[in-house]
Amino acid sequence: MYKGIAASRGIGIGSICLLSEHDLSFENKKVEDIEAEKKRFNDALEKFKEETTIQAADVRQRIGAKEAEIIEGHLVMASDPAMSGEMLKLIENGQCAEGALSSVCDMFYGMFSSMDDEMMRQRASDIADVKTSILKILLGIEDVDISKVAPGTVLVTRDLTPSMTSQIVKENVVGIITEVGGKTSHSAILARALEIPAVLSVPDITKLVKDKDTAIVDGNEGEIYINPDGDVLSSYIIKREQFIKKQAELKNFYGKKTVTADGTELDLYCNIGTPKDAKKALECDGEGIGLFRSEFLFMDNNHLPTEDEQFEAYKEAVEIMAGKEVIIRTLDVGGDKAIPYLNMKPEENPFLGYRAVRYCLGNKDTYMVQLRALVRASAYGKVKIMVPLVTTVDEIREVKSMVAEIKKDFDEKGIKYDPEIKVGCMIETPSASLIADLLAKEADFFSIGTNDLTQYTMSVDRGNSDVAYLYSAFQPSVLRSIKYIIESGVKAGIPVGMCGEAAADPLMIPLLMSFGLTEYSVNPVLVLTARCIISKWTKEEADALAAKVLSLPTEKEIVATLKAAAKE
Amino acid sequence: MVSQKVKVINEQGMHMRPASVMSQTLTPFESSVKIGFNGNEYDAKSVMMLMAACIKCGSEIEIIADGADEEDALKAAVELVERGLGD
Repeated sequence: MYKGIAASRGIGIGSICLLSEHDLSFENKKVEDIEAEKKRFNDALEKFKEETTIQAADVRQRIGAKEAEIIEGHLVMASDPAMSGEMLKLIENGQCAEGALSSVCDMFYGMFSSMDDEMMRQRASDIADVKTSILKILLGIEDVDISKVAPGTVLVTRDLTPSMTSQIVKENVVGIITEVGGKTSHSAILARALEIPAVLSVPDITKLVKDKDTAIVDGNEGEIYINPDGDVLSSYIIKREQFIKKQAELKNFYGKKTVTADGTELDLYCNIGTPKDAKKALECDGEGIGLFRSEFLFMDNNHLPTEDEQFEAYKEAVEIMAGKEVIIRTLDVGGDKAIPYLNMKPEENPFLGYRAVRYCLGNKDTYMVQLRALVRASAYGKVKIMVPLVTTVDEIREVKSMVAEIKKDFDEKGIKYDPEIKVGCMIETPSASLIADLLAKEADFFSIGTNDLTQYTMSVDRGNSDVAYLYSAFQPSVLRSIKYIIESGVKAGIPVGMCGEAAADPLMIPLLMSFGLTEYSVNPVLVLTARCIISKWTKEEADALAAKVLSLPTEKEIVATLKAAAKE
Repeated sequence: MVSQKVKVINEQGMHMRPASVMSQTLTPFESSVKIGFNGNEYDAKSVMMLMAACIKCGSEIEIIADGADEEDALKAAVELVERGLGD
């Protein structure tokens, strides 16, 4: 068994086609007929551009726009004056086309690969890919035609370049193994887009295998087996079937409502960070936005975003969601999130300091701008304002009175807004949890932020590996806290949601159902998984499990009990 | 020759897409357009040189245009950067 990076999920079993590296060496000779050499170079460059244009169009149609942009990037590079111009200059000085191409590409490769920036290092591999492709044209080397490989092929290569990937026929390639590349490399992105299992960065794999070897590619665990024995093979055949069945099962949940096994309908929303992510939420079948982090507007800016700038961004998300609920969290700054131009003072204890709603209420001019933009955006859909890090009733009252003031001003000026716009609390501190009954009388809704709630309840810095073992939402104290928050909201008749990671946890979902949570906000890619889990539980079953779990004294026992009861 | 200092505000800094937008916008101008950054000058019509400059979000750059339509070229470049380079 060999280990690599699990880059694209799934299990592939097939016969290896080894794409060996070509000998791209050439003689760096002095050129006599400079004009002829320039023509030879320009012809090769034109041929490369033609082929790449066709590839990009093909990828755009077969795979997707994002993937096609990678190939189009190669075109931009090859067409750049600094590239071709420099190369032609070298040829004029008597260098051969191959030599000129190599020296200029190698120079940029060196520059980009030494940069302290993952995306720029990625550009270095693009340059290497461009160089190889043009060099092959100059040297007259024909590649193996990947589009013609037999069904059931596992491709093994040192590096899967975008130009190679673009030739892959999804039906014939069951797995991909490479020696280089990480989770965010082009090869990984393209493999995921094609839904082909892939394990990358397996050391020396091209030297360890030969054509027609049998390979198992486990893209879930990042493991591969070459010529496995019968037992391993049959166990993986079963695993593959299970995986395919699971994926098919999840696809069945697309476009469906989120319903428990006994017919209660729940809301399954998404967490997003930018207006454009709202599109992703819809593509992933999210039913609304449960957490729109507004920080991006402030972080990606060199000035405080104006009311109009903020309004446009909120409106964009709200319009994309077309009438579905959009819960927008107001500025959650401070703690670990610093914004340079706000000139916040460094604090000894930032997580216990001047952050989120505390900062906002201390800087009402700034906060007013955001609240006005939010109320204006409410004219275009269903906006809910969520206030982070509430610890006292005064805080939510103060925000509500600011919103009331804005409404009055808008009425006088004739500015449109939704008079029913809701203002709710994010419940993520032990204080808010303990007074959830009092807050429920003031707030229009609750949303539980499990990440901070766990950290504050357990008094654990989750970044500190010495105490990270305590950081778990399944700690009895955290579960009791969550239960009390939900029950307080239900009692007061306000909706309660959860936007922390726990909302998508298969072990947590039955407990939340039992406590009475009605809105689950998850990462878009987890929508179908969460919907599938919810569909398996009745309230009665969830209640029985919750009663059992709440009587247990330790996190370990709780997790073990939940695992034993989990429904796959 | 005209020049103006401006701050790069898009999150990703001068990556492939912003660099492409910049070079495409400036290529039609007759004037030469350069970016002054960290004591070096980079051809603003070249995606590769723009990326090689390794300009991050928050960096201040100087745009230098020289030629018949230098005023227009400078204006176009400054506006582009201020609007976040199309990101």
